[in-house]
Amino acid sequence: MTLKLGVPSKGRLMDKTFDWFAARGVILRKSGSDREYAGAVEGIDGIELVLLSAGEIPRELDAGRIHLGVTGSDLVREKLSGWDQRVVEIAKMGFGGADLIIAVPNAWIDVDTLDDLDAVAAAFRANHGFRLRIATKYHRLVRDFLRENGVADYQLIDSQGATEGTIRNETAEAVADITSTGETLRANGLKILSDGMIHSSQATLFRGRRHGWSQEQRNTLKALDEKLTG
Amino acid sequence: MSTNSQALWTRARAYQDKFAALGAVVTDADVLQPAGTLLDLYGEDIRARAFTTHDALRGELMMRPDFTVPIVQQHMAVGAEPARYTYVGKVFRQQEQDESRPTEYVQVGYEVFDGADPAAADAEVFAAISELLSDLPVTASTGDIGILRAAVQGLATTERRRAALMRHLWRPRRFKALLDRFGGRMPIPASRTALLEQADPMAGMPPLLGLRTESEIALRIDALRDDASSDPISNVERDLMDALLKVRETAPNALTALRDISVDLPSIGVAVDGLAKRLDALAARGIDVDALPFETSYGRTSMEYYDGFVFGFAADAELNLPPIATGGRYDALTTVLGGGTGVPAVGGVIRPDLVAIAEGAQ
Repeated sequence: MTLKLGVPSKGRLMDKTFDWFAARGVILRKSGSDREYAGAVEGIDGIELVLLSAGEIPRELDAGRIHLGVTGSDLVREKLSGWDQRVVEIAKMGFGGADLIIAVPNAWIDVDTLDDLDAVAAAFRANHGFRLRIATKYHRLVRDFLRENGVADYQLIDSQGATEGTIRNETAEAVADITSTGETLRANGLKILSDGMIHSSQATLFRGRRHGWSQEQRNTLKALDEKLTG
Repeated sequence: MSTNSQALWTRARAYQDKFAALGAVVTDADVLQPAGTLLDLYGEDIRARAFTTHDALRGELMMRPDFTVPIVQQHMAVGAEPARYTYVGKVFRQQEQDESRPTEYVQVGYEVFDGADPAAADAEVFAAISELLSDLPVTASTGDIGILRAAVQGLATTERRRAALMRHLWRPRRFKALLDRFGGRMPIPASRTALLEQADPMAGMPPLLGLRTESEIALRIDALRDDASSDPISNVERDLMDALLKVRETAPNALTALRDISVDLPSIGVAVDGLAKRLDALAARGIDVDALPFETSYGRTSMEYYDGFVFGFAADAELNLPPIATGGRYDALTTVLGGGTGVPAVGGVIRPDLVAIAEGAQ
């Protein structure tokens, strides 16, 4: 039985992942044409490369359909309830960095902290008759963070893309989104709350729970561990 | 025990019969409830607890996480006081943390809408549930959110600060942080100081974006200025609040402690009198109040609609079960759901599945 390693199927995340493994003596590559989602592994026996969407990797790890997977630490936390009971971090890979933050319009000169956001949410609800809307696709992470920090009277609006534009379009009052440089936020007239860092994410190699693994698979993991730690 | 086992439903109906024998009308509620009402009441947190589904015409719906809200709505729409209701059925809860906890379980409830004698109504509900558990080694807990509310409302500070504290009564961490800030024990964030130092903060304001208006921003800055120039909540009051929140004794000792505190915090006097009356009413129903635990902070982290008496019954801690029965007074909820008019109301629920487990462990 091989160990299935799930890797994002396209883009910079895939390239960087291939580079990261190559630097540790494990060569991953797409087999066949560039459009084909099949892969090959050299430099270690017993590992099979599976190319799939980064967003699906947490679920596949949890279900045991892949044994190892590379994805953003934000996606694992968002998609798996009680994630640290379900998967284990093997290595932070040092790329794909992005911060999940809360941002509000620059014009909100009275708002810099979660405390401010909470006070504004209460006043907004009283004035407008509905709860202050925060656009995001990270529902679980944002909700847990705001609950822990005692922010009330808000609602989460689902936004799967162009989240920064929701405020201009008046479908949200604030956003919770990932940013690496803050450029998109600035371009859209938004600023980050000073204590609104929800999660600092980076590409991470995870493994799923090991129950049901064969001795051969355990040995392969050990061999991989040795390669990775050099 | 499966939620469909015959023994469980037989037990549940037997409990309901007991409540009905006390004069309660048998009632029911739809499994699917409009999500909007629940979201407005509980906020976004309810999404982590209730199952949400969707209908093309009705929009978002939730599988009832409890019966209280729909029962109150029914009563406010068509009921007249006094009224007593009983219901039996499943409620549905997501379990994000603990997979061993069931996502659906049966509750049997008893709700009393009767303002004639609130202390007596509190005691009636507590005693009705206590009676069903009389053969089990359970531990009761009681509290009174009304005492805490009265204490906050009586603080010698601005109305705005009192409102902020009231809003976070059910979030102990936030509540404490606010109390620290209003008491001058936490530094004001540098960004706020810098904002208030400007003669006209609105002058260099970046272009507006979104629904929040310039006047809303200006009003908040006024509020911040007002707050910055207000005296901090005094150490004396702060210590009294701490003392109040720490009261955790048998009921008669708690009453004495609260009476002592109310000498310096007279705003809680009426609420403490209410506690005394409730203890008398409980004693009149045969409850051993001398041994009954009382805790001012009890119920503060539960669902935020209780605003007076709160209680729960727990099985032996080794069984690691959620509370077997819980309840409390929710006068304010009836006002919210009744569109401004409220009625005094108190109720409780019992979980027959947990009673069966606790019995089996004996």
